[in-house]
Amino acid sequence: MEILNAFFVAPFVDMGSDYIFFAEVVIAGVLTGVMYSLVALGFVLIFKASGVFNFSQGVMVLFAALTLVGLMEHGAPVWLALIGTVLVMIALAFAVEWVMLRRLVNQEEIVLFMSTIGLSFVLQGLGEMVWGSNVKALDIGIPSEPFEVGGILLNEFDLFAAASGAVLVGVLAVFFHYTRIGRALRAVADDHQAALSVGIPLRTIWIIVWSVAGMVGLVAGIMWGAKSGVQFSLSLIALKALPVLILGGFTSVPGAIVGGLIIGVGEKIAEIYWGPLFGGAIENWFAYVLALVFLLFRPQGLFGEKIIERV
Amino acid sequence: MIYREAGQFKTSYATDQMMFPILQDRIFMILVIAVAYLIPLIANEYWLQAVLIPFLILSLAAIGLNLLTGYAGQLSLGTGGFMAVGGYMTYKITTAFPDLNVLIAVLLAGLLAALVGLVFGIPSLRIKGFYLAVATLAAQFFILWLFNKVGWFVNYSPSGTITAPPRTLLGIMVTGPEATAPVRYLVVLTFLAFFALAAKNLVRGRIGRSWMAIRDMDIAAEIIGIRPFQTKLLAFAISSFYCGVAGGLYVFFYLGSAETEAFDIALSFSVLFMIIIGGLGSILGSILGAAFITMVPIFLTNAPPLIGLSMPIDLQKHIEVMLFGSLIVFFLIVEPRGLARLWQIAKEKFRLWPFPH
Repeated sequence: MEILNAFFVAPFVDMGSDYIFFAEVVIAGVLTGVMYSLVALGFVLIFKASGVFNFSQGVMVLFAALTLVGLMEHGAPVWLALIGTVLVMIALAFAVEWVMLRRLVNQEEIVLFMSTIGLSFVLQGLGEMVWGSNVKALDIGIPSEPFEVGGILLNEFDLFAAASGAVLVGVLAVFFHYTRIGRALRAVADDHQAALSVGIPLRTIWIIVWSVAGMVGLVAGIMWGAKSGVQFSLSLIALKALPVLILGGFTSVPGAIVGGLIIGVGEKIAEIYWGPLFGGAIENWFAYVLALVFLLFRPQGLFGEKIIERV
Repeated sequence: MIYREAGQFKTSYATDQMMFPILQDRIFMILVIAVAYLIPLIANEYWLQAVLIPFLILSLAAIGLNLLTGYAGQLSLGTGGFMAVGGYMTYKITTAFPDLNVLIAVLLAGLLAALVGLVFGIPSLRIKGFYLAVATLAAQFFILWLFNKVGWFVNYSPSGTITAPPRTLLGIMVTGPEATAPVRYLVVLTFLAFFALAAKNLVRGRIGRSWMAIRDMDIAAEIIGIRPFQTKLLAFAISSFYCGVAGGLYVFFYLGSAETEAFDIALSFSVLFMIIIGGLGSILGSILGAAFITMVPIFLTNAPPLIGLSMPIDLQKHIEVMLFGSLIVFFLIVEPRGLARLWQIAKEKFRLWPFPH
């Protein structure tokens, strides 16, 4: 009974008795979730358009943030550094398509997956070689004053991050639905061969998708970097984005966002209310187990397309 | 010229179904094993300790993963976790039963790893491909967290480190700080030789064939009467057994003492690299891939000074990482089916040489 009580009753009593603290936990979770969503979004974009499970997305986040900080350290104003970084990410997309994807067309998924891990080594070495491997502070002038709403402590920076995440998702949604390129992207995501046969250039699409993923990575890099400094550990958030992906489905943009929020909030609540029962630090695996349990009931994720198999 | 099977007639079913049907292959295998056993006579301590022992142990882990991923088609990123089970359980067993032969402890730990593999293999019935890969990451993170948090696994040592206690085998010190590199090398080599042959034998039999059927198309395999759940679970169990044994050897015969960091996700990825560079669905490929992945970084570290190039250490480190990544991409582009495929092509060429038409 003791144990049952500790697991199933006490945490909920805690939540109810100190609801302001609970609200703060949830908000902190939502904000972390937004960050996860941003990284997961990059994965989903590339997976949809090219079927590549892009493990280097995390390193792309790091690379973009490193480039931005590096340019600013060399005296470039923020706007110039941003433009420069975007150009670098587009150049990267071209390079990836020319050197890698073009030569790996029609290979098995796992080969493509491994090649992106190889790419992540290259990017990591390159970024740290050019810009140095020490921890860098990233300050692009986002205000970060804490303030209170109804007894709940909030931070301007977090709100800014959440808002820019939302704006980014909105822009992407509009881009996907109402532009010519967006339609082409959706066509490719739907069926490669059909898209090719109506004359959509697959390689151009890949370049565009990798550029967009690079820019999403840049936004994620700015947010994480401003919060905890630009350093190697930034690339490890890719590992946190994986459970988000399986929760939301590999092919679903809304899935990435909802999944990110669920994982962010779930992880924080679990850590604070159930963590002490396990001896703490359960954040590392909780997201995976949550996603795993979830998958047992819905193998294709929350919003993923239903997998139909034929012999 | 020499590599030719002309004149080798098979007059019984047994000879027809041999593991190495061509006489030259058999001689070559025996030669390779003999040379491997004689290497301690010429190799120095550094080569044995820093290159050959990790290479052999990781080959074993790579064979384990290749059984699961290459033969049964279940992508797994939890290798490091299963190896950790092997390492920590070997430690627990040897410290709890000091009189037990250490080799038996390693094998028992392998069995425990197989049990853990069974549990984490259960989702494979419903989940496939990358979804499964991410699900196996749960094993990786959960197992390491468990070993970090629960003091029982490390005998309540405050540093959380497990250290291989000194143990003897036939009167010779095989583990602990006093064991010499050649002795440990020979033990590890024996393990690898035995289990590599066992795996080779396994994959050509009924079990291996049912794994391949599941890999190629699981629904079709189910229709011809292969039970997918049992087959997949068996693949998880045997693969984890291999990884567990490799993990036990890794701690006891290579590292000497270890923390959970030794088994982190980087290890899982490098074992996965080994089987992809080496060749999915090939025992030989696992070994070739392990050789490639363990030796290339050592080569990259030592090559610049050899040709008289000197540069700052951190710059060299970064270039190494980049070169390593580029090499992987290069190999995947040139031969996505791995080094084993190159070896096969070379054999075909030899067979026809000098008249290729």
